[in-house]
Amino acid sequence: MFLAILNPLMRIIEIPMLALQRLLGMRLFAWAFLAPNLILFGLFAFLPVILNLFYATTGGDNVLLADRPDVGLRNFVTLTDCGSYLDPNTCREDKFWRAVWNTTWFVTLQVGFMVGFALLTAIILNRDIRARGFFRAVFFFPVLLSPVVVALIWKWILQREGVLNAFLDWTGMGGINWLVDAQWAFAWSVFISVWAHMGFYTLILLAGLQAIPRDVYEAAIMDRASPWRSFTRITLPLLAPTMLVVLVLALIKGVQTFDEIYAFTGGGPGTATTFIIQYIYEEGFAGAPRLFGLAAAASLMVAAVLVVLTLIQLWVNRRNVDG
Amino acid sequence: MSGAFAFLTRTRGRANGGTRLHWTDWASYAYLGLGICLMFGPVVWLVLSSFKTEADLQRYPPTFLPYQQQTMLIEGYDEPLPLFRMTGGEYEGMILAQVRRVGIQAQMVDPANPGERLRTGIDEREPVQRVRLATENYTELFERFTFLRYFWNSTFITLMSTAIMLLVNSMAAFALSKYRFRGRTTVLLLVISTLMIPQTVVLVPLFLIVTELGMFNSLWGVIIPGAATPTGVFLLRQYMLTIPDEILDAARMDKASEWKIFWRIILPLSAPAIAVLAILAIMWRWNDFLWPLIVLTQSENFTLQLALNSFQGELLTDWSSLLAMTVLTLLPIACVFMFLQKYIATGIASTGGK
Repeated sequence: MFLAILNPLMRIIEIPMLALQRLLGMRLFAWAFLAPNLILFGLFAFLPVILNLFYATTGGDNVLLADRPDVGLRNFVTLTDCGSYLDPNTCREDKFWRAVWNTTWFVTLQVGFMVGFALLTAIILNRDIRARGFFRAVFFFPVLLSPVVVALIWKWILQREGVLNAFLDWTGMGGINWLVDAQWAFAWSVFISVWAHMGFYTLILLAGLQAIPRDVYEAAIMDRASPWRSFTRITLPLLAPTMLVVLVLALIKGVQTFDEIYAFTGGGPGTATTFIIQYIYEEGFAGAPRLFGLAAAASLMVAAVLVVLTLIQLWVNRRNVDG
Repeated sequence: MSGAFAFLTRTRGRANGGTRLHWTDWASYAYLGLGICLMFGPVVWLVLSSFKTEADLQRYPPTFLPYQQQTMLIEGYDEPLPLFRMTGGEYEGMILAQVRRVGIQAQMVDPANPGERLRTGIDEREPVQRVRLATENYTELFERFTFLRYFWNSTFITLMSTAIMLLVNSMAAFALSKYRFRGRTTVLLLVISTLMIPQTVVLVPLFLIVTELGMFNSLWGVIIPGAATPTGVFLLRQYMLTIPDEILDAARMDKASEWKIFWRIILPLSAPAIAVLAILAIMWRWNDFLWPLIVLTQSENFTLQLALNSFQGELLTDWSSLLAMTVLTLLPIACVFMFLQKYIATGIASTGGK
């Protein structure tokens, strides 16, 4: 059935493509294949990057660039106008700095716990265990769940009269209104984020572990090296490149955390779990007036961080490939 | 029994009676067991809860299985009456139906003798319950027109976006892997650089472009930008590089057009890579949240993810519908996962996520 649609479609496209081939000749014909993709990328990937610079230097709440007054670097000044960067209360745009610090803490904790548990899980899965495929799937499947579903699953468990509080009541510890308390809400945000994404990194680390040749370990056993020693002297050094890839990837994704936390806590209580992407979303799209300039300026700052991280990633990848 | 124990604790490959499980093996299995509980538990709880009635969901502490109070239609009353088993007082041991409740007193009626009203205290009875799946949570969703609408929106966006992305990306990958032309390296570098700018940091200008193209509040506003993902170009190009050029040359000898070479030779030969990319793209688009949240502001255009999010934000959350809807949202992905687990794992590992 699928082919029944595909084949006629491809035949229809063939007519203009054949004409183009005659017109352009073989040398230029590659561009005919590239064109649709380049147009899409141009419109939705490159053009936005350039336009972002213009937005960041204009004010007002008009979407059209022509209607936006030029304000120079004022948006950046607003964002960075701070008594002390360590204390968001002294900042003019205190919500921005709260989001920055929340994101920093969140990424540190989330990446730390996640990579730690992913490594532990990968090492255990790499042992001589039964039903490895099943256990790998167990840890991996939350990766595929949509962020909103992840948020709702845990919200249902953590609600005031939810199953976790019922369990705590039963043990006599007494329930807590988890998502109303700022620190608990933050801790649970880290937790559900680790829960949802850990499987992905476990998979990469497991692949890295399985790429370590067996004979190295056999040689270590011959030399009567203890298991701990072969772990610290063989496994960890040989896994280091994979670890680096995992760390950078996790950082890149962590900085962009939005979906599941927004659906989980809505950024609250207060601003306890408001992260930087949510700040951009709220300034630019959710509130009125829509402060596109401020949102674009904040985006540029995030982009700068991400570009540095991605360059590190590409460099790490290249080094790994070259051996 | 001891045989079963020996079987379970036997280590692989050393079956002939030698080594038993080391303590580290026990620790590993304990960790994995805990992992099963922590990873599956919440989802199982969600599914069980989605089969509970609203009254059952309000119960605290909650029960594991979905229960429902039994009711009975009794002569002389229009509505079915809830049944209670008496635990004390005058009527101990009898099963009575409640007519109405007044404070701590209740008016009951004996199903065998519907004429006579009995007065009891509410502390000397317990409801008669049985396990029953409240499938009406699901059927109600389908009766409501809006749910099918959201489902259709999600499906349409996912399928269209994936189809466009596959076609456009495979064309570009073909050009980048099978042609030598000036500017090829530049194009490759440009594609790599798009990896550095995720959608999350260009939201404002992207919003302008989509609005200018008249795609604000339209499903196409989600479909088209979603198709501009660089991952596919890489994945497919790496795969197409392994297809020998001689096949192409042979086809050119037979006067096949370049387009015919592309869709008759290259596409079928890259089918495994295209399949992996298709699975990934379907997952990304189905689970998309931030960009649809910005582009689709009218509720008739909502995707399932947006609908779920807006329902849970309402003041009085209707958990019974919400939970059923959550289950239906994760069901398609769960099915895909069960059948294609291996491909998803390799696909994600080779593309580095997104």
